[in-house]
Amino acid sequence: MAQQKEIPPTLPAKLMTGAEIFVRSLIEEGVEIVFGYPGGAVIGIYDALHDISDIKHILTRHEQGAVHAAEGYAKASGKPGVALVTSGPGATNTVTGIADAYMDSVPIVVFTGQVALKLIGNDAFQEADIVGITRPITKHNYLVRDVRELASTIKEAFYVATTGRPGPVLVDLPKDVMASKTHFDYPKKVSMRSYNPHVEGHMKQLEKAAALIAKSKRPVLYVGGGAILSNASDDLKSFARKTRIPVTTTLHGLGSYPENDELSMGMLGMHGTWYSNTAVHYCDLLIAVGARFDDRVTGNTEAFAAEAKKIHIDIDPTAISKNVKVDVPIVGDVKKVLQKLSQMVEPLDTTDWLQTIKQWKAEHPLRYRNGKLIRMQYVIQKIGEITKGDAVIISDVGQHQMWAAQFFKYIHPRTHITSGGLGTMGFSLPAAMGASFARKDFPIISVSGDGGIQMNIQEMATCVEYKVPVKIFILNNGYLGMVRQWQELFWRKRYSHVAMYSPDFVKLADAYGCPGYRAVNTDEVEDVILKALAVKDGPVIVEFKVVPEDNVYPMIPAGQTWNEIIDVPDEERSAVNGEEIESEELITLTKG
Amino acid sequence: MTTMAIISEKETTAADVQSRKHTISLLVENKFGAFNRIAGLFSAKGYNIDSLTVGPTEDDSVSRMTIVTRGDDGVIEQIIKQLNKLIDTLKVTDLTYESFVERDLALIKVQTTAETRPEIMQIVEIFRAKIIDISPKTATIEAVGSQQKIDAIIKMLKPFVIKEMARTGRVALKREFQGEVD
Repeated sequence: MAQQKEIPPTLPAKLMTGAEIFVRSLIEEGVEIVFGYPGGAVIGIYDALHDISDIKHILTRHEQGAVHAAEGYAKASGKPGVALVTSGPGATNTVTGIADAYMDSVPIVVFTGQVALKLIGNDAFQEADIVGITRPITKHNYLVRDVRELASTIKEAFYVATTGRPGPVLVDLPKDVMASKTHFDYPKKVSMRSYNPHVEGHMKQLEKAAALIAKSKRPVLYVGGGAILSNASDDLKSFARKTRIPVTTTLHGLGSYPENDELSMGMLGMHGTWYSNTAVHYCDLLIAVGARFDDRVTGNTEAFAAEAKKIHIDIDPTAISKNVKVDVPIVGDVKKVLQKLSQMVEPLDTTDWLQTIKQWKAEHPLRYRNGKLIRMQYVIQKIGEITKGDAVIISDVGQHQMWAAQFFKYIHPRTHITSGGLGTMGFSLPAAMGASFARKDFPIISVSGDGGIQMNIQEMATCVEYKVPVKIFILNNGYLGMVRQWQELFWRKRYSHVAMYSPDFVKLADAYGCPGYRAVNTDEVEDVILKALAVKDGPVIVEFKVVPEDNVYPMIPAGQTWNEIIDVPDEERSAVNGEEIESEELITLTKG
Repeated sequence: MTTMAIISEKETTAADVQSRKHTISLLVENKFGAFNRIAGLFSAKGYNIDSLTVGPTEDDSVSRMTIVTRGDDGVIEQIIKQLNKLIDTLKVTDLTYESFVERDLALIKVQTTAETRPEIMQIVEIFRAKIIDISPKTATIEAVGSQQKIDAIIKMLKPFVIKEMARTGRVALKREFQGEVD
């Protein structure tokens, strides 16, 4: 982040405008790419950006797209993502993306233009109190009132966004501040007396945790996004393999532990595997690692792993004992804590426990019946088989998101990117666009439903303009599938406003100027995936016409307990307009 | 930052009775928006505020807030953690389990007549309060003390009809000697 670059000779050496300082500060921070959208209040900043070759600017088609792109870039790279937008509507359009980044702890810095200081509060043209609006959804935010504070504020913003529990930081830049001049001196270090995140776990707590682990017979590691944020995958692997403790991950934990390893149990929670939820239910020790006991994981918190002792490792003290009381909290960075803890524990004899889990896996695998009409599960599974896990999957929100979590075996960290906490439809396409600037080694695959893709479809133009090699897979069932599933199961099949018309996505691809393919039968799936993967010089759209009425299982209904778990029904069915379709082959998949 | 205060008088529910009143003292950076962050935290998370005061300290760059809130142990633990999490927060102390001094100030404008004035003056004297403004029909009383003392004088003055009242809410500091003095 702090890598130094040569100062472009075009900039004046003495007094600089705020706009020039802004650009120079980003270069000092090592920012390579900015997703943005110009406007009146930031026209000076855009002027300063005009001749800069160190920073690539991507002109998105909507400010929400810019923020999700910054998130995708941050999630795929581990570096902070940057968005730059104008005041008023430009700023308010970033709100959903910022809230999304806040819920999912994504390090991004959003710069918004603001009207001149003396106009603030006057209902000036394109004025919005974005600092007030985003206060509850940012880790911190700033209004820069003096150009002399600009450089240090930017330094602080990046520091706060990327340290501790990461999160979005917003910096509001009034137009006149950016036009006034001062000397540029970028601070080398940040010192904030009020902010010192605690990263080392407390030794006493570590000892207590080690003692609990030594005594346990049926331990489970429950791993969340914190393991990926702290780049702790290798440490997690050595810890789990040394202690022989089986691993289940949250939606955001996917990829932190390889799902082709025998200790892996895949995802837990509402749509987690039957065996991971069952293992958590019967475990005697639950070790939460960078996870926050979210309601989609726990269901009824009273009954969640009720018999188990609980250890909770998290860098955010407020995450501890927020939803579920734990026996041994350890505040600290997951990587550092796991490294230390690893040295303090001996291998456990979990042979019987692992044997039991193995049996559960055999009896209750993830499964579906494959027929002529395409099942979403099959598409995801095929992507996994073809890429062998060497791909970045960026899912949207809904049924396809759960199947993308279930039917792809994640092996590497930062290969599964999704909107988990806020559940933002429209996330996938712009986030995939951002991710593709961060990672060139793996294909970038955006997976959306027909609903979500239409929420930020405008970013197609951005992808085409900048030749972004993103594979846009649209799983089109003609419904807002997850809502329809709930209406089917809990609202007497009253399908209220969930059927949805979509354009011809292949023609749309053509209109935007990129290739488009479609598969309507199962036997066409593999072919179109291969065709899409062969496209290297820009985006490609693939539309899969899938079974309209299909349900995600297993399922623990919201707020309920393990006892209410619905496994994949034996008469696993998929209906088209209410008519049963012929199902042929039973396909199963087991994590680990 | 100017001095600000929030005091709310709410009906007590059964849940409130179980939960204890806590006095939390916090030092925050005296920066634009710091007060809003803290007030916003309480509303966003649904925590109760009985009173909240803000004012300058001996250090210009730091403000002290005194928050009187209520909740069970879990809620109070979360409040303290959440306050600590705010970037502008320097120090959070729950004074409840310590020995501390506290003051609340009230200005109370009471309706008076020639008949009631002596009795009101007597009450003022008992509570070591002061009359700071007087007119033929009213007297404005300044009362300083613990919250209970202020509550008590208000109760005593109520029958005379309180026309207007302003109250600062509790400010508090930890006692230097926590019990033992050698």
